[in-house]
Amino acid sequence: MIPLSWYLVLSALLFSIGLFGVLARRNAVAILLGIELMLNAVNINLASFWRYGNTAQMGGQVFAIIVFAVAAAEVAVGLALIISVYRRRKTVLAEEIDLMKW
Amino acid sequence: MATETLIWLIPLPPVLAFFLIVLFTNKNKALSHMLGVGAAGLSWLASMVVFVRALSVKHLGEHPFHASINWLPTGETWFKIGVLIDPLGAAVLFFVAWTIFMIFLYSVGYHNFGQPKGDHDRPGLPPHGATVTDAHGHKHTVPSVEPMYSRFFAFLGLFAFGMYTLVVSDNLLTLFVGWEIMGLCSYLLIGFWYGKPSARNAAIKAFMTTRIGDVFMLLGIAFLYSVTGTLSFREIFTNEELMHALGTTATPVLGLSVAGLISLLLFIGTIGKSAQWPLHVWLPDAMEGPTPVSAMIHAATMVSAGVYAVLRMFPLLSLDPATMSIVAFIGAFTALFAATIAVAQNDIKRVLAYSTISQLGFMIAALGIGAYVAAAFHLITHAFFKALLFLGSGSVIHGMEHGVLHTGNHHVDPQDMFNMGGLRKKMPITFWTFLIGGFALSGFPVITAGFWSKDEILADAWAHHHYAVFITLAVAAFLTAFYTMRQITLTFLGEPRTEEAKHAQETPWTMTAPLVVLAFFAVTYGWVGIPEHFPVLGGLVPNWFHDFVGHTLEHPPKAPEFNWVPLLTSLGVALGGLFFGWLAYRNVKAPAEDKLQISVLKNKWYFDEAYDFLFVKPAYWIAETFVYKWMDKGVLDGILHFIAYITGVIGAAIRHYIDLLVINETIGDGTANTVKWMGFNLRPIQTGRIQQYMLASFVVLIVVGAVLYYFLVMA
Repeated sequence: MIPLSWYLVLSALLFSIGLFGVLARRNAVAILLGIELMLNAVNINLASFWRYGNTAQMGGQVFAIIVFAVAAAEVAVGLALIISVYRRRKTVLAEEIDLMKW
Repeated sequence: MATETLIWLIPLPPVLAFFLIVLFTNKNKALSHMLGVGAAGLSWLASMVVFVRALSVKHLGEHPFHASINWLPTGETWFKIGVLIDPLGAAVLFFVAWTIFMIFLYSVGYHNFGQPKGDHDRPGLPPHGATVTDAHGHKHTVPSVEPMYSRFFAFLGLFAFGMYTLVVSDNLLTLFVGWEIMGLCSYLLIGFWYGKPSARNAAIKAFMTTRIGDVFMLLGIAFLYSVTGTLSFREIFTNEELMHALGTTATPVLGLSVAGLISLLLFIGTIGKSAQWPLHVWLPDAMEGPTPVSAMIHAATMVSAGVYAVLRMFPLLSLDPATMSIVAFIGAFTALFAATIAVAQNDIKRVLAYSTISQLGFMIAALGIGAYVAAAFHLITHAFFKALLFLGSGSVIHGMEHGVLHTGNHHVDPQDMFNMGGLRKKMPITFWTFLIGGFALSGFPVITAGFWSKDEILADAWAHHHYAVFITLAVAAFLTAFYTMRQITLTFLGEPRTEEAKHAQETPWTMTAPLVVLAFFAVTYGWVGIPEHFPVLGGLVPNWFHDFVGHTLEHPPKAPEFNWVPLLTSLGVALGGLFFGWLAYRNVKAPAEDKLQISVLKNKWYFDEAYDFLFVKPAYWIAETFVYKWMDKGVLDGILHFIAYITGVIGAAIRHYIDLLVINETIGDGTANTVKWMGFNLRPIQTGRIQQYMLASFVVLIVVGAVLYYFLVMA
């Protein structure tokens, strides 16, 4: 069986890619995609810990499902916000959405 | 009613009248004087009842009317106050009651009761007269009623209360209370016309001068109380052991015994009250009060209180010969000294004022040589004839004021004897009564009271070999007769010297009636004290006075042996003085013709000036230069200003170096400035770019994680 650490490394890589996307991408939609990647990296963690731990307990899987639900809701809200911002400012670039600066 | 109860009640009516007049009836003149005279009458009645009952008691000296109550708790004992009427008290009460009643009655007339209100009279000034139009349309100026009529009777009531309290007291403390009440009334009555600066000054002078004596007297009372533990006369005088101890214990002062020192201190009180040298200066000025009435209070009644106090303390006084000598010296000196001044005075009242001082000197000298009964006798006869003379002089002045109002010439002084003359025709009752009073004062032989009392003093001085006192008093008696005749001659005899004197008028009955009553006593009171061995007259009437008053003392003094020398002396000086007085002044028209207007006498031996120089000026100097300029302005204000300056400096330092610098700039402004500076400098990191924030969060997370990891895991 593939050892647990492989999953964890994958998860970490995926999380890092997602984090990089969040921090480095200019497009707000891409940032949202980065967040999805980070969430899914978490899901891999959850699933793999469940599989290598006590499989009789369903906590890891249930948690993953909750994360899915939250991710879906978050994307729905996030995209709605981005559309709303775009309608007002004709842009989806994160650095141009800077109303909260000094 | 029990006699003791009656004695308690004697002083009460006048003080009630005082309060009633002050509180309720002061707007109503008639009601006020009825209250005042009525109260005096009640006291007079009670006094007479007590006097008559006292006469009927055998051995009153040993069993006097005496009652006392516990008053102040003093530890386990009580300080008692009470009333005492012994022979001396009864005799004094008699003349006090008569004279006070007469003053009240006389005041009604003197203050022009029943006359219209003045045209421009003001309270605080003597009335100026009122203009009335008679049935024929003629305008007349008549005397106007005193504006503060009610107040006068209130003061008199309080005064009478003080005098009665003093007389009926059985102890020194209540005696002193009465004494001080009279001091206050004296001040109020002298300053009664407070609108006049001279009256104000005289009131203050009288009060201050007598105060000097009173302070010493209070010292004496305190000393007596600390030594004996009681102030009751009888408790002290009847305790032979105590008296012996007082007389033999020495004090460090002047080599006097305790008794001597106490009586000397008490005697200084008398010097003030009875206007003896050197505290005599207030009495002549006291004549500023409403002319005759307050003058009479100050001359016939109140000043007697001083002599009365010495009479009361005589058993104590007689224990120490040294104090006796001092008393005798002061008395004899004052008698002569005041008589010389009286000779040169032109104001009718001032002559009498100095005469009073002189006569009080006679009494004091008599006490000093141990002539107890003679002093008491002269005290009483003097009170009668001097009251008569003062009221008579008031009547004369009143009559002269009539003349002044008639002519309208207000520059004429109605009190100057050189403006008078010939008044015997205009004012017959006043003249005859004044003549009786004057002869009594001079000691006109046989018929007048003054002769008997003065003769007794001289006889006593001769019999006990006090020749210096005898000669001094004889000379003073000559001068007395001389200035009295001068006064009578200038005032009543000859022809009127001014238009005003021509229009003088006899005074109303309320003024003349007291004159007649007092004239009666000025003659008859002498007859109760005729010495038993006097040629012809002796023994016709028993020497009641000597017997009666002498028994006040434990060991009644013997009457002096009869001797021709003092009798002839007193006859000679009285008749000689009267004759020369008449001879020298019968033709004098103006002060310039008066050979005795010597400036040293006229100016009263410069005592006022000397006191002014010695006491008043230095007092002002100390007040002005020392206390005000140096002490107050210089030292005290200097210290205050210095403290203020130091405080200012400290305040400025605190403000500059602590408040402004530390509190304001560092803490207050510093905090705000720092916050502002930090805000300003931290502001740029708020870029508003979400990714930068996240990056920053991420970095922080990594760093914090690393640190935590380092500390929690690695360590």
